[in-house]
Amino acid sequence: MKFFKRHNNVLPGFGVTLGFTIFYLSIIVLIPLSALVFRTAGLTWGEFVTTVTAPRVLASYKITFGAALAAAVINSIFGVLVAWVLVRYRFPGRRIVDALIDLPFALPTAVAGITLATIYSPNGWVGRFLEPHGIKVAFTPLGIVLAMTFIGLPFVVRTVQPVVEEIETELEEAATCLGATRWQTLVRVIFPLLTPSILTGFALSFARGVGEYGSIIFIAGNMPMVSEITPLLIITKLEQFDYRGATAIACVMLLTSFTLLLVINLLQKWSRRYAE
Amino acid sequence: MSAPIHTVHSNKSPTGRAQTEPPVVRWLLIAAALIFLTLFLALPLAAVFSQAFEKGLTVYLDALKEPDTLSSIKLTLITAAVTVPLNLFFGVTAAWAIAKFNFTGKNLLITLIDLPFSVSPVISGLIYVLIFGLQGWIGPWLQEHDIKIVFAVPGIILATIFVTFPFVARELIPLMEAQGKEEEEAALVLGASGLQTFFRVTLPNVKWGIIYGVILCNARAMGEFGAVSVVSGHIRGMTNTVPLHVEILYNEYNYTAAFAVASLLAFLALITLMVKSIAEWKVRQQLENS
Repeated sequence: MKFFKRHNNVLPGFGVTLGFTIFYLSIIVLIPLSALVFRTAGLTWGEFVTTVTAPRVLASYKITFGAALAAAVINSIFGVLVAWVLVRYRFPGRRIVDALIDLPFALPTAVAGITLATIYSPNGWVGRFLEPHGIKVAFTPLGIVLAMTFIGLPFVVRTVQPVVEEIETELEEAATCLGATRWQTLVRVIFPLLTPSILTGFALSFARGVGEYGSIIFIAGNMPMVSEITPLLIITKLEQFDYRGATAIACVMLLTSFTLLLVINLLQKWSRRYAE
Repeated sequence: MSAPIHTVHSNKSPTGRAQTEPPVVRWLLIAAALIFLTLFLALPLAAVFSQAFEKGLTVYLDALKEPDTLSSIKLTLITAAVTVPLNLFFGVTAAWAIAKFNFTGKNLLITLIDLPFSVSPVISGLIYVLIFGLQGWIGPWLQEHDIKIVFAVPGIILATIFVTFPFVARELIPLMEAQGKEEEEAALVLGASGLQTFFRVTLPNVKWGIIYGVILCNARAMGEFGAVSVVSGHIRGMTNTVPLHVEILYNEYNYTAAFAVASLLAFLALITLMVKSIAEWKVRQQLENS
């Protein structure tokens, strides 16, 4: 595989299409993203560290990553359950439920935000039942977890579902024939097969939660130190014309996203190898 | 191991039921999954429409006829009308280069195309402010020449192109890879030109994949909030898209109007899911046939 070498390929248009792809990618994605890195490089190391480790910023990381972690755990548990139920069982309305799973991808985040805030506010459809028990969701960190669970929901379902479909029933039959109970088969045979895809879905859901903005700000309450997420802090800094602060924090977020992307890529490679 | 197979645990789990759980467990699992999905998906969807129509159809329609709402709808339609064709063209071109040819750095290129999905929407907006804003790279030059990009419509369109960048490409690449290139090679050998081959052979084969990518790209383009919010400047009636208008109405405690406008986006989401399901089914069918 030499660079640009097209052995035995008679199809035309390689140079043109690859050229345009790289050009468009550069002007829309690569150059703008590098602007962020260059602007951060304009700060001294001391300035950068002070900005990104200020108490209010640290609190926002804790809230953002903590909530994203909680949401990813919830999504992993219920995502596996939903994927399993959708593939293995037949019940009325299954196709509609299956299509509805992608709602968080299709519903704009602002709509999700105001709706969740309304439902879970103290006099909302669900909130009114939680209020007497002293559970407050809207305008607390719990609301952030809720919103992140909503937007991350499809990821685990959609990564686990195809793997459940691919499981060969012979494996389960063999386990049963060799004397395993159904529970043993599930834990020792099926779960290990699903693990790479569950981890991939977990990481995707976590990454989505960390970067999410639209659906959270309506339900979070946005109190500094308590329920202020990092993306909101970037916007607050921008609105105060603190470009340096906004850029530095954004750079930390960007590095986190890239690290997560790398982890996700490795996990996907692992699951693909597992599937073969 | 010496015992006959069918007698092992034959009292508890006969081999015929090796692949499923007892009915009670099955129904409990289904119920748990459905309760979770009702709480997180069905209820919010129902709430949008219930809140929107709370004060009756007249109030609902009045909220939609308001000039600021109409101008936000217009801006959202313009944004999608520019964004979707550009990203469609890019997606098809990138898929052709990546799926039909082998070259070093292909995986890196695919990762880079996917990049916008892993960047926070807020950062997707911020990067354009850093370039085109007053304190940005070419901001002062733009101001001298009286060109407005951020806090104006071009910024909104740029940020939207960024966040919807991968949709068509990431759908088409695996599809075109799976279909191989034998059909195209046959067409060329039979004397078709490159473009003829593309339009008569490749395009019909990936039609549903394109529809799938376009509908998702469009949904995100019309619904994007975070990135657009950073670059919009929030000028009512001028640089507000529909999602931003929903935010303003909601923050003004005008809930009925906010949900009325939001219901338009929810309709869009439902249509998107429907078309997406059909496209998915067609793609699957096509792959099985080929």
